[in-house]
Amino acid sequence: MSDDRLTISTVSLANFKQRVLLAASNGRFAAMTAYRNDDQMFYIEVVVSSRSEINLIRASLELNQKNYPSLSPQIPAAIWYEREIHDTYGLIADGHPELSPLVSRPTECFKLGRLDKNDADIRGSKVMGNVRGEGVFSIPYGPVRSGVFESIEYRVYSFGEDIPLVEIRPYYKRRGVASCFEKMTVEDGVILAERVEGTLSVAHATAYCQGLEQLSSTRPPKIAELGRVILAELERIANHLDTMVRHTEAAGQAIAYARLSFSKERIMRLRSLLSGSRFSRGIVVPGGLNAPLALSPMAIITAITDIENIMLSDIEALMTTPSFLDRLRNTGKITVAEAAKTGAIGPIARASGSYEDIRGTRPYGGYRYLGFNLAPPMYQGDALARALVRIEEIRQSLHLIRQAADEIAEINPASLNPESWRCNLEIKDGLVVSSVESPQGELLYHLEVSNKKLKRVWVRCASFHNMALFPTAFKGDILTDFAFIEASFGLCIAGVAG
Amino acid sequence: MPWITRGLRNGIVTTRYPRRRDGYGEGFRGAVVVKGYLSDQASGISSVPIADRSEPGSLQAEHRLARQLELLCPTNAIRADSDVVRVDRGSCILCGRCVAERGDIFAFDPSIEVAALSRSLLFVPELTDLEHEREHLREQLGKKVYSLRRSIYVRHIDLGSDGAEEWEIAALNNPVYDIARLGIFFTASPRHADILLATGVGASNMVDPALRTFEAMAEPKIVIALGTDAISAGIFQRSDPAANGIASILPIDLWVPGSPPSPLSIRSAIFLAVDLLPKAKVKEKERR
Ligand code: SF4
Repeated sequence: MSDDRLTISTVSLANFKQRVLLAASNGRFAAMTAYRNDDQMFYIEVVVSSRSEINLIRASLELNQKNYPSLSPQIPAAIWYEREIHDTYGLIADGHPELSPLVSRPTECFKLGRLDKNDADIRGSKVMGNVRGEGVFSIPYGPVRSGVFESIEYRVYSFGEDIPLVEIRPYYKRRGVASCFEKMTVEDGVILAERVEGTLSVAHATAYCQGLEQLSSTRPPKIAELGRVILAELERIANHLDTMVRHTEAAGQAIAYARLSFSKERIMRLRSLLSGSRFSRGIVVPGGLNAPLALSPMAIITAITDIENIMLSDIEALMTTPSFLDRLRNTGKITVAEAAKTGAIGPIARASGSYEDIRGTRPYGGYRYLGFNLAPPMYQGDALARALVRIEEIRQSLHLIRQAADEIAEINPASLNPESWRCNLEIKDGLVVSSVESPQGELLYHLEVSNKKLKRVWVRCASFHNMALFPTAFKGDILTDFAFIEASFGLCIAGVAG
Repeated sequence: MPWITRGLRNGIVTTRYPRRRDGYGEGFRGAVVVKGYLSDQASGISSVPIADRSEPGSLQAEHRLARQLELLCPTNAIRADSDVVRVDRGSCILCGRCVAERGDIFAFDPSIEVAALSRSLLFVPELTDLEHEREHLREQLGKKVYSLRRSIYVRHIDLGSDGAEEWEIAALNNPVYDIARLGIFFTASPRHADILLATGVGASNMVDPALRTFEAMAEPKIVIALGTDAISAGIFQRSDPAANGIASILPIDLWVPGSPPSPLSIRSAIFLAVDLLPKAKVKEKERR
């Protein structure tokens, strides 16, 4: 099997940081977490992904020890992870620039003794210290936003029109996903996975199921893996269209808004025709798909072509509307160096010079049959580049759907019974890191099964990883650009808050 | 400017609902219904053979079946005893397991009019003796919305959703559902809002912002719990800190199950709330 090249190394805490830095110099820091084992010891884990494999580096802390060396000074992408670990377990990263609460409410952290009172009152005080002074004012956006948005609070500290600092408070809508997983059976876990980020149900279900499949060294039938590709690429189109719709809304392009949201609706309807659910829920299951796709390959291609013509011509018209482009150009710029330093993923990274797309670099599932060609990245790193990257990805997705449908037609689905879309999966114990390319970037599922039960499920959503980059995108941008920068990130807050 | 002509290109795509049924609504899983069970008292149809209860062991077999059915559901939405099996739509997340395993008893129904006036009205088949309660609630809501202006303003608030409900609410603005045409608008300001559309499991950190938003609304105000998560937290009932929906935070007028509810269901719920549904439709719904 080609997709589970996972190396697990357990090192001593003294060697931990060195090992991580070494691995990260040949790969990309992808995730970091901590957990408490049955023996009551704390463990720190770092995932480094590279072109060909996934490295899991793990170190244990001595009993009653709460400190470990911070990775953040060398790896800025670790900043948020170390804050999250501090919130959840109270472990302290020595040398971290500011361990302020991220996913927990400040008052909670204070109660748990992880924060002193002053900090609990004024969060981000250290950072704020730098910008406090004459004429600085802070503008809170959220947590109840103006419009139909998920709850999150941005605090923008400004000297006027320029934006020097954005502080992000995602904890409002925290649901406790990790704790919920521990109480699920292996079979039910996929139902929860679909709801971690509700707009990315297919990506999550696939990552979860693929993890179980890797543990038992089983691959679903080819037809099911291809079916997953079709569902996943439709999900990608819907998500990318959604960001485009948000851009048009922010720009007040009423007709473009209507046109693109109409195309998005058609994609959603196609998804529900295929699976019975507008978010393709309940169809991806361990071992394959629990029902055949409800449309024939030919019907899928016809439907796609029908939507494509209108959708792409509308997008083209939008991308030649000067007043619209002016809003995106040079807005929310992330330089190639910044993206590389913070290990950005997904379309955001690909708009800033990165080739990272695991459909191409570490093909999994049905992509192995399809010859996926990585599109060359953009380098401008602004909202416009991100939009162009997404548009190119929509084209690629359409192409992949056609390819997958053709392959399915070759297998001749009509001759198959529903069971041939799914194989029997025997649950096996073990630890696995499963990854898929969600519309927002690499999605990781860290699964541990013991006694055929879910012992630990840790999900690293692309949005969590990329959100840490958000403040970087504000470089003298005027406040009215905020909506564009936010839309161009296309993040799912549910995934950030956990 | 190419946009102006583009706007006219597809002709009318807007759904005719509520005046006419939208064909699409029939295509997907709107809700779970009970087709039949051991006893046909509640449902009227019985596709599962009724055991001869005088036979030894038949009662135990019935209990076993009831227990099996209950265990099928990951969110405890199925309540069965030997006479009747009910689905609590307020807990059902439409995972489809019961339909796949016991297609003789459960089925998906394309209904979009899933909104209910109270938590107990979300059970199917309906709990007995609720006629009075429903009448009463209808009347109350009717009185409440009587004074509403012709245009209705809706404010949304997320109390811990998975993000999908927001997509479906936003879809109401697309040309297919186009609720602005019917005089329903989204507003950023709670002060102008008549309806609060609340989504999510009821995350504890959102309690204060939710109360502030609710208090800022002027009377009369209607709160709609949108989605199974908002009603019962759905699959997140197990989470820590415990969530159990938004009813413990806000007073709910209307309950809309679904994971997430489709835009058609959301629209229909808003119509029901402000009494915009054609009377005939309401009658039909009540008969069911
Ligand atoms: S569809 Fe799923 S959640 Fe709903 S009643 Fe059936 S088993 Fe329970």
